[in-house]
Amino acid sequence: MAESTLARLLQRNARDLRGRPAIREKDRGIWQTWTWGQYHDEVRDFALGLAALGFKRGERLSVIGDNRPRLYWAQVAAQCLGGVPVPVYQDSIAKELAFVWNHAECSVIVAEDQEQVDKVLGLRAELSALRLVVYDDSRGMLHYKHDWLRSYQSVQELGREFAAKHPGYFEAEVEKGKPEDVAIICYTSGTTGNPKGVMLTHANAIAIAEAFCKADDVRPEDDALAYLPMAWAGDAAYTLFLSLVVGFCSNCPESPETVQRDLRELGPTTVLAPPRIWENMLTGIQVKAADAPALKRWVFETFRAVAERAEILRADGKPIPLLLRLACMVGNVLVYTPIRDQLGLRRAKWALTGGAPLGPDTFRFFRSIGVNLKQVYGSTETTGLVSLQPSDEANPTTAGRPCPGIEVKIAERGEVLVRGPVIFKGYLKNDEATREVIDPDGWFRTGDAGFVDPRGHLVIIDRAKDVGALQDGTPFAPQFIENKLKYSPFIREAVAFGNERAFVTAMIAIDQNTVGNWAERRGIPYTSYMDLSQKPEICDLIREEIRKGNETLPESTRIRRFLLLTKDLEADDAEMTRTRKVRRRFVAEKYAPVIDAFYSGGHAVELATMITYEDGRQATLNSRVNVEDVEAKAAARV
Amino acid sequence: MALVSALLEIRDASKAFGGVQAVTRVSLEAHKGEILSVIGPNGAGKTTVLNMISGFYHPDTGRVVLEGRDVTELAPSRIAELGIARTFQNIALFRGMTVLDNLLLGRHVHMKTGVLGAFAYWGFAQKEEVAHRKRVEDIIDFLGIQDLRRRPTGSLAYGLQKRVELGRALALDPKILLLDEPMGGCNHEEKEDMARFVLDVNEEWGVTVILIEHDMGVVMDISDRVAVLDMGQKIADGTPDEVRANPRVIKAYLGETKTNAPGGASG
Repeated sequence: MAESTLARLLQRNARDLRGRPAIREKDRGIWQTWTWGQYHDEVRDFALGLAALGFKRGERLSVIGDNRPRLYWAQVAAQCLGGVPVPVYQDSIAKELAFVWNHAECSVIVAEDQEQVDKVLGLRAELSALRLVVYDDSRGMLHYKHDWLRSYQSVQELGREFAAKHPGYFEAEVEKGKPEDVAIICYTSGTTGNPKGVMLTHANAIAIAEAFCKADDVRPEDDALAYLPMAWAGDAAYTLFLSLVVGFCSNCPESPETVQRDLRELGPTTVLAPPRIWENMLTGIQVKAADAPALKRWVFETFRAVAERAEILRADGKPIPLLLRLACMVGNVLVYTPIRDQLGLRRAKWALTGGAPLGPDTFRFFRSIGVNLKQVYGSTETTGLVSLQPSDEANPTTAGRPCPGIEVKIAERGEVLVRGPVIFKGYLKNDEATREVIDPDGWFRTGDAGFVDPRGHLVIIDRAKDVGALQDGTPFAPQFIENKLKYSPFIREAVAFGNERAFVTAMIAIDQNTVGNWAERRGIPYTSYMDLSQKPEICDLIREEIRKGNETLPESTRIRRFLLLTKDLEADDAEMTRTRKVRRRFVAEKYAPVIDAFYSGGHAVELATMITYEDGRQATLNSRVNVEDVEAKAAARV
Repeated sequence: MALVSALLEIRDASKAFGGVQAVTRVSLEAHKGEILSVIGPNGAGKTTVLNMISGFYHPDTGRVVLEGRDVTELAPSRIAELGIARTFQNIALFRGMTVLDNLLLGRHVHMKTGVLGAFAYWGFAQKEEVAHRKRVEDIIDFLGIQDLRRRPTGSLAYGLQKRVELGRALALDPKILLLDEPMGGCNHEEKEDMARFVLDVNEEWGVTVILIEHDMGVVMDISDRVAVLDMGQKIADGTPDEVRANPRVIKAYLGETKTNAPGGASG
């Protein structure tokens, strides 16, 4: 590839793909399209507006809000001027936002609407580097009169005036860009301590896109839905890097609530979704099927079973009997194609799941109805990608083959190391942490424990530092066990304990939707999450789910005791990261009395849980919670 | 503001239903661009006043004047065409129709295509339809109900139905918006949202709002002026602070203060 920065790629696209759609946004119920030529002009105008307002190379610009074309353009505009975009999670609490904006010294924040501007206003006194706030949607902004607050259009107007006075300025700035310049800073939520700013360069961004292109089929004609948080490296890799390199069209949904409908209208040719979304889709289908008339339900269930049988044979590489193949063809007409169409997956050439493991049942379901679902593995520090499953080797257990140009090796204690052009430049203002994870030979320590299977696929077991051992020396990988539990639709989160203990125990947060639905169907009344979680019927339900999970685990690492939490684990309470990974050490401290009760044989525990509201206020929730044995009767007899 | 001539004026209006005198000689003025709240205890005659403005009832005596024009005896449909839209205390939407259709219906008074033209759906008819849809989409965006477009209104939560009803009134492109308890029956969050919408409609679209509402907090927060009715008569009219301090208002709301009575009148 001749172009060495994202800004130059933009210029190339504006030249070579001028009339092709670059980005769409559903607005006023209609998909509005911008071509690459328009995309370029929008970015240029905004960039020059920033320049007119004194934006210098190396300055940092943050964006906060839903996926909106203007917020993407603002990021590319900063890159064109040699600045660095810092997207943030809009659902972060104020303290976290203030930390990131201060740490990255953001001088410009582009906010989607009044709601986001208000967050900035509330923190303004703490943000010393901030000198300009730009808003996209002017709704409700009438009374906001500050000289440091401007509308997006007004910045672009300034840009057009600036262009008239300084012809060639934009092109000259783009020309100054170098591949080793930082292109974006993505903050990792980090399971311990403050988030770290991961600096990704233009070279990283282009390397990731090229590696991906070699591993999979992507073309300028493709369509993708841009609906995942912009602060997540995965979205940056997809909607900014890959889109600019390949030239395909990103589509921004109308609102977070309409994603499912927009997905269906659009029918993107490529889909990237975390496990949660796939699980929600499957649950949605199951709920609809359960409510359908008997005949329809029978057709669905029958052909679903057919598809699953065929898929299992296919995955094992065994031949599919003629009769089964015929049944699949009928099913394709009656069931599979209509479902794919309903979900908006009909045109999808491939669909990716990553970020967390997806339950094998869910995975198999989508593959069986003809969705080319594949697992991908990566982290922010590797620009979002390490390995990917080839279409004919997709399976629910591995993370796929390392992409071309990316080396993977397994260190002692099973840690996965990665080397290649996708490895990040370093953590912002934290050389020590950078040195800890990148060795002098350029190997990046992912912190994940795993191995490479005989086929050459990478398999991830758990976070390396979490892998411990039971008292008898049996290796104990908590996440591995938790995932077995989380495959149950009734269990939203699980935290397993067992390091240096005699046996394994688990704290479980039920899924309010599915469990609530289950309770309603059986006429079990409940008032709140807390109430629901402590119903004896629910306890029995979850015990049965744990037994199912236990069957797939070796005897010694089976869960013996458990407890149902009275509230879900929340990022706002610092129990999880924003990408919903359990902050194990913090949880262990917070729930120390529970762990004591698990191993001291207690049957109930007083829980005083601190909860944090979205505005940062805190409250304490007191409750008495039962500790249950999985094999209750057996334990009673002993 | 008193210097500005009134956009809407009710002069000495009275209305009786059989032997019940619902409203007695009430005069009110709504000025362009303000939010005027009408408050009062149950049965004070607030809704009757609103109904007289919108042409649902015609006053027995007195006049209703819109922009200098006497509209006292006009039919509700004519009043709507003149730019007065309203919502109802008990939500009056077409429950089986989608949100989109309900809102498009709100544009009915602006639709000029005849039955035949609409049937052919060509030329002017199509252009008009697109223009109306665009306006409705603006309202959908304003109210943040993009995900509800195709939902039958009957299936929506109460607070959302209230929002759709506001949308339908807005679809009329009104000069004056009459809101009859838009926050009644709503939870705290829905009330806050609704208050935000009313303020935005008023400030950004310049719509004059006449609001009947029970939630005093909301009324005092967002109104430019408050008129108080009691037993069918107007007992006070002024800024929220003036009204709050008015002894007649306090009396109407809290009853006569009894001295030294245990527990007092504070309950």
